[in-house]
This record gives sequence, structure tokens and C-alpha cells, in this order.
Amino acid sequence: MTYLIEGRDGPWELVVGLEVHAQVISRSKLFSGASASYGGEPNTHVSLVDAGFPGMLPVINRECVAQAVRTGLGLKARVNLESRFDRKNYFYADLPTGYQISQFTHPIIGEGAVEIELVDGSTRVIGITRLHLEQDAGKSMHDQDPARSFIDLNRAGVALMEIVSEPDIRSPEEAGAYLRKLRMILRYLGTCDGNMEEGSMRADVNVSVRKAGEPFRTRCEIKNVNSIRYVMQAIEVEAVRQVEIWESGGSVDQETRLFDPARSETRSLRSKEDAHDYRYFPDPDLLPLVIEEAWVQELASHLPELPDAKRQRFQDEYGIPRYDAGVLVAEQPTADFYETVARGRDPRLAANWVIGDFFAALNRTGRTIQDSPISAEALGGMLDLITDGTINGKIAKDVFEEMLANGETAAEIVERKGLRQVTDTGAIDAAVQAVLDKNPDKLAEYRSGKDKLFGFFVGQVMKAMAGKGNPALVNEALKKVL
Amino acid sequence: MMLTELTIAAAHEGLRRRDFSAEELVGAHLAAIDRLNGRLNAFITVTPEQALAAARRADAILAGGEEAPVLTGIPLGIKDLFCTDGVRTTAASRMLEEFVPPYESTVTANLLADGAVFVGKTNLDEFAMGSANITSVFGAVENPWKRAGDAETVLVPGGSSGGSAAAVAARLAMGATGTDTGGSIRQPASYCGIAGIKPTYGRCSRWGTIAFASSLDQAGPMARTVEDCAILLESMAGFDTRDSTSVDIAVPDYRAACGRSLKGMKVGIPAEYRVAGMPAEIEAAWEQGIAWLREAGCEIVEVSLPYTRYGLATYYIVAPAECSSNLARYDGVRFGRRVPGATLDELYEATRREGFGAEVRRRILMGTYVLSAGYYDAYYLRAQKVRNLIRKDFESAFRTVDVLLTPTAPSPAFAQGEKMDDPVQMYLNDVFTVPASMAGVPAMSVPAGLSASGLPLGLQVIGRSFDEESVFAAASALERAAGFTHRPAVRAEVV
Repeated sequence: MTYLIEGRDGPWELVVGLEVHAQVISRSKLFSGASASYGGEPNTHVSLVDAGFPGMLPVINRECVAQAVRTGLGLKARVNLESRFDRKNYFYADLPTGYQISQFTHPIIGEGAVEIELVDGSTRVIGITRLHLEQDAGKSMHDQDPARSFIDLNRAGVALMEIVSEPDIRSPEEAGAYLRKLRMILRYLGTCDGNMEEGSMRADVNVSVRKAGEPFRTRCEIKNVNSIRYVMQAIEVEAVRQVEIWESGGSVDQETRLFDPARSETRSLRSKEDAHDYRYFPDPDLLPLVIEEAWVQELASHLPELPDAKRQRFQDEYGIPRYDAGVLVAEQPTADFYETVARGRDPRLAANWVIGDFFAALNRTGRTIQDSPISAEALGGMLDLITDGTINGKIAKDVFEEMLANGETAAEIVERKGLRQVTDTGAIDAAVQAVLDKNPDKLAEYRSGKDKLFGFFVGQVMKAMAGKGNPALVNEALKKVL
Repeated sequence: MMLTELTIAAAHEGLRRRDFSAEELVGAHLAAIDRLNGRLNAFITVTPEQALAAARRADAILAGGEEAPVLTGIPLGIKDLFCTDGVRTTAASRMLEEFVPPYESTVTANLLADGAVFVGKTNLDEFAMGSANITSVFGAVENPWKRAGDAETVLVPGGSSGGSAAAVAARLAMGATGTDTGGSIRQPASYCGIAGIKPTYGRCSRWGTIAFASSLDQAGPMARTVEDCAILLESMAGFDTRDSTSVDIAVPDYRAACGRSLKGMKVGIPAEYRVAGMPAEIEAAWEQGIAWLREAGCEIVEVSLPYTRYGLATYYIVAPAECSSNLARYDGVRFGRRVPGATLDELYEATRREGFGAEVRRRILMGTYVLSAGYYDAYYLRAQKVRNLIRKDFESAFRTVDVLLTPTAPSPAFAQGEKMDDPVQMYLNDVFTVPASMAGVPAMSVPAGLSASGLPLGLQVIGRSFDEESVFAAASALERAAGFTHRPAVRAEVV
């Protein structure tokens, strides 16, 4: 499915590359011992190193390096055993040293790939150019006082991974799918919580347009977009803006832009002429970062099962459809929940219940799987009652609602409300006979060839039995009499 | 007995024998400071109360009968570039005029752990940028030496560790810490007739020392004898996990190395250091040094360090580049001087214009320039390549020789006011010291004699990386042969 922008003179193709800043999950910051945790009173997670005091020196945090390597492995990327840290020099009030320590020429992770799946079921591979480690800056607060700005350095020095994609993305949908997939991988790996609202994952979006077959045209960079939806919207409006410029005979300037979601437009932040000259050079306070192949192997051996592999395994091992498997592996806790439910039971029945009634219930109650009112064990217990014939599928739905409402187990509810399925053929025969007696006209119609009325009789019998009749036995009894 | 005339080694013996107390020893130096610092301006900050309290603690330890570390009770000056917990640390800059660090640098913490007593913070060129100690916001330092027959002309002590050199030469402290980026220990040591060593890059931790050029900065000791330098370096040096560039190699017994025989040691004489226009007396001192080492049993070998001639040019790209970035943190936002401005940019501009002196601003500008887009490859990148070639020069020389012998500086101390209108002339003072800095190898200046004008001349011994022992051995031999007993005109016991 090709996404094209219909211009005046014909269709335009979209070219997008994403730079994602993902905050590394670690106890302490990239180069200091200060806490890297989110929140906290302003300036309480700050060491002298973070505040750029005279004579303070950075020391690399090995756990942050491990997280970058894990992420690289998860992105099927090349791990560079030797990488280097550079200084990116610029002045800003929330940048204490006047430079950000980053990796410019020699990143820790090289080329990799992310496979995305689109709504129509097609898949595409988006190339990863690189991943590098760098420090976050602090936060400037301009809204605390009419005349002064305040600085919070809690975030200053926290490790970020900048994950740069190739300009392989061709539609807003692909950008969204890429970000969701990337976030899924990071969350599986436990290297970034992917929480875009808290800013622990942000995206810079590079957008250009071209006619089919052309080389790339000038791109614009839209900085710091903080939700997947906004990324998709920003791409859409920016592409239209660029097409209009090209078609009216102008040319797109390479510049940095901001996305304003309220007005659904992008605005120029600074042009190429005003671009910072960051004066990158190797940070003389840090030696080249050299890691051992054996350590990389060690980290690789402890990597969790990633979404693509898990999805394939769910299909193979549980025999569930690819679509269902995809839904179940979208989040690791969901996959774990499903596996607990499915273990030793009918995996397809388990998938149907988890994806169907269970997800609907979470949506309805605004809960997440972590604080689900029904545990995987409890749901499994209910499935056991279906499988062993204690209750039928219809009763199960009522039982499920009860479980949701008061936290009882399925067995308790069935016991208390006497919902056990009726398999006594005598009782079923009696109910069948009563229904036939009550509906002689319908019986006549059926007998004159209106086969469809069979369903009506089943419904009436089940209703008469308060839904507890064993559906197979009811069917059988009806067929016999009719 | 003049307590201020003692070496550290001798003072330690005296303290051990209780010939005098640490309080007396420190008191004698504080009195000398009191008398002479107004003139020499060697100290920016003097800490008499803290020093006397530390001396009394040292006396308690010495009285305890246990083996006290050799620096126990020894009064030292600390270059005001080392952060000292609770004691103002200025880098001789208006920017940090009132800055009191809440932490102690690793080097000074090591000295304190060994019982040393700090009498104060010594003057320097602003942020260690200079070769004459004339760029300090606290005023220039006077060299305690005088030209023969000229008591008037004020000479510079060299720089940037000029305050440390002057303090040690004038007997205001028994030893001092210095830092050396392109010669800032060795050149002032040479100008002031004392010994000083820049150890191998990575030998002393840089943690807590205010940075000038991180890939070159190295702390080292300055004292009146080679052995005292050995004693001090042994305390200052050592691996520090807080400095990623410090090296995890055991610190050897440097003092023992001072007495080592030189039989069979190969000494290289680099041809390229015979620069055109070198004063005859410098050349003569060098020849004398060569003769002394030959007599001590060394084999003298001519060697070539072909990239030496690019040393200074390379240094004046690399060092300013790093300084331009290192000094970005002095922005008026979190500590130090702040000059208000209507906007953030105005605050930066006003703060940095007022906070930095002309030489610091010049180097920040040069460094910013050489790192800028379009110039980076031509300057910084090329300089890094040349730096590698200079390093290889030394590596290849050290495949055939154990140490190199050169003059420390191309001249004796010059007068305040000379060479000051032309920064490039000033930079030439470092021509012999810069290459060892670029290569990271250890180098020491030791007094070898007097110029015709009666001023001290130093010789420089350069060694292999982490082989300070050979440097100490050769420097000790030169010191013994030179028998340098001259003393400056201005000193503690001269009233």
C-alpha cells in the first residue's frame, strides 16, 4: 500500500527518518553516581559532576553501556567493541558543563533492522543506522516566576540512547508502526520504559518529499515530538507543506522545525544559517570505550525472548493465528498472562478469552494487565470449568462478569449460583417437549421445511433451562424429536 | 638551625628525632610568608590557623612513637588550581575569586593523608595559562632571584606554577604542588633554581584539579631537591577510579631510584633541540650536563625527534581547543562570578567578559576557532595526527635510549615587561617542554648552574612512560654533579 501525496502536478513520495531519544533504565546516571530515577524534588538527584563543578570528571557507568549493548542486540545491530565519546559544545542554562557528552563519529552500536507490520498485514524492514549513548540535559523552567527562570538538574547527565533510523519510512503509518515496534522491543529488553508522556522517549522526525525515482530532496527536522500520534500528524502536515512549496516553484530550506499539535502545523525553529556549530571533538576526559566480545556474548545469552520470536513461538507452539499472536505479544505482561492461562489448557480457547472478554473487561474498567481484577490463574480456572463440561460457554460469560465484579473464583460462583450445566437427558427431554408443546405453529412451519427454525428451538430450550443446558445434548435431543 | 633551609628529607629526620616540632617548622615558614609574600606575591591565600592546627596534629602523631609518614608535619604550598575542601580555590581568575569548593582534590587528599601541612594556595597564571605568572588576577609573582648586580629589576618566576616555584625557592614552603600542561612545572622550576617533575600523563589523578587542557594536564611536585620531589610524587601519585585517564600501575619507590647507579644508562641527545639562536650559555649548560652524565657512567647517544619542530604549533591548537570546552562551565549560572544580563546570552557575555582575563579569552577564542566547522580538519584533526607522530618520535627514541637530556627553557628568567607585548614570543618559552607534554612522557627540570647574569638554568630529563625512576636517577646524578648550592637573593633567612 503506497502512501502518496497528491500534488497539483502528480503524486509525491514521502521520505522519513526518525531519531529516537530513549532514556536508559539504570540506577545511576551515565557518568555520575547520582540517581537516574524520574521525579524527585528539583535538584535532589545531582552530583558535583552533573553540576559541572571545577575539576569534576566523568566516569562511564557500566550498566548504561550494558543497556546500550542489549538494545543493539535486540535491534539485530552490530555492536562496536570500540567506541568513543565526543563533546558536543553549546551554551545553555540547563547544560552545566557547556557541552553534552555524546558519541559522534564512533557510536557503540552500528547498523541494525526493525521489522514493522502494517494494517494490511504487509511487513517492511526499517534500517537502523546507529545507536549511541549520550547525556540528557537538565530542565529549564520558565513558568515559576515572572522575571526569572529556574533550572532543575535532576535529569542532567541521565543516559539516553539515540536510535537513528535510515530514511526508509514512507508513510505516517509506517512511522507509527516503527515507533510502536521500537518501543515494544525496548520494553521487552527493559532498557527504556518507552514512556513518551514523561519524556523518556522522544522523537526527532526528518521529513522530505520527492517524485518517484528521484534522489532525496532537502529535508526538515521536526524536533522533540512526544507522542506517536503527533509524529504521524507532524509528518502528514510537513509533507503537505513541502509539496506546496515545491509545486509553487520554491524550494524547501533545510531547517529545524517544531510541531504545534493545537494548530496542526510545523513552525521554523532555526534555519541552517542559525544552526549551532557544535564543535565536536573527542572528550579528553574519557578513554575510548572498549568492551569484550565475551561480555557481549554474556549479555546476549541473557536477553529475553523478543516480540518477533515470541509471536512465532505462539503460532507454532499454541497453534493460534498470527494476528492473535501479534496482539498477545504486544506487551510482555500480556504475553506472560496469556502463557499462564494457556499452560496445560486449550491454547486457542485461552487466546479467545484473553483477547476477547478479558481485554474488553480491562478496557471497560480502565485497568491494566498489571492491576487486573482477574488473575491469569483465576481465568484459567474458569476455562477448566468450560473444558470439563461444568459450565457451557454462555454461562461462562456470566461467571466471568461475576468474577470481575467481586473477585470470587469461577468455581465459587458456579457453586453459589447453581450454574452447573445440566447434562441429565431426562431433564433436557422434558424441556424440549415443553417447548414443542408451547409452539405448535413453529413446529408445523419447521416440519414443512423451514429448517432455520432449529436455532429458535435451541434458544427456547436453553432459555427454559436458564442457559444451563449442555448445548450439545440439547441439540441432540431436539434433532431426535424433530 | 634555619628550619626554612632544610630539605623535606632532612626535616623529616629532625621531626622524628624531635629536634624541633612540626609547629615550629610550620611556624617558621608562616613567618617567612608573613615577611615576604607581600613582595613576592607567591601565595593567593595563606591559611595560618589551619596550618598550625595541622602541625599540632602532626606533632601528636610524631609523639605517638609510631612510624609517621615522611610528609608528616611538612609545610607545603598548593597551587591554587587544586580544589581544597573549605579553602578558597581561585585558579587566579576573577571568575572563581570567591569560589570555595566543598571537596578535596585527589592529589591534595593524598598529601593530607600522608600528614602534609598546607600553608596556603600559591599563585599562578590565570587557569594555568601563561609562562611568566603575569596573568593572575591577583597580580604577578616576583622571582626571588635577581640578576647579578641588579637588585632592582623584577624577574618573572616562569609559569604557570610561578607561585609554587617562587615559594619553594624563597623558602616559604618546603615543597609545592604544580600542574604542567606544556611546561608549567619545569619552566618555572628552571627559572627559580629548583627541581620539578611532570610525571607521566595518568600517574596523578586529575580529579578535583581545575582543568586547562585535559589530555595534557598533569600534577607534579616542585621542591629544592630531586629526592624531595621523589618523596612528594610518591604521595601524590596513584590510580584513582574517579579519573578515567589515571592509570592503574603501582607507584614505585621513587626515593630509592634517586640513588640508583647510572652505569650503562643510555642518554639520548635530541638533535632537534639545538634550535637556531639558542643562547651560548644554555648550550654550555647542556654540554656540561652531557659531560656529567658521561662521567656518571652513561652512554651518550645522538637521537632524532624529527617532529619536535611542530610541537609548539601543535600544542597551541590542542591545548586551546580543550580549554575552550573545559572553560565553558564558567557561565555564571551555578557557581563563581555572575554578572547579570537581560537575557541568558547577555548574562554569559557579561560574566565571561568580566570573569576571564585577556590571555584566557585569547585561548578560548583560538580553541573555538580550531574546532569550528570548516577548520576542524585543517587544525584540530591535523594537530592530533602530528601529536601522534611526536609520540612516535619519543617511542622510537626510547627504543635505543633510557632517558633524554635537553635544556628546560631557552633562556633564564626574564624581566617583568619583557616579551609581554607578543604572545607568540611568550609561547616560545615552552619550546623544549611542550614535546614531552604532547607525548605524555615524564620530564623533570633540575638546576644545573647559573647564567652569566647569575640566574639559575635548568636541564630537563625526559623518560619513558611510567619510568619516572630513570628520570629521578639521572636527575639526581646531575644534581650531585652540579652541586647547586646557590640561593636566591630574596629568601626567608635574608631580612
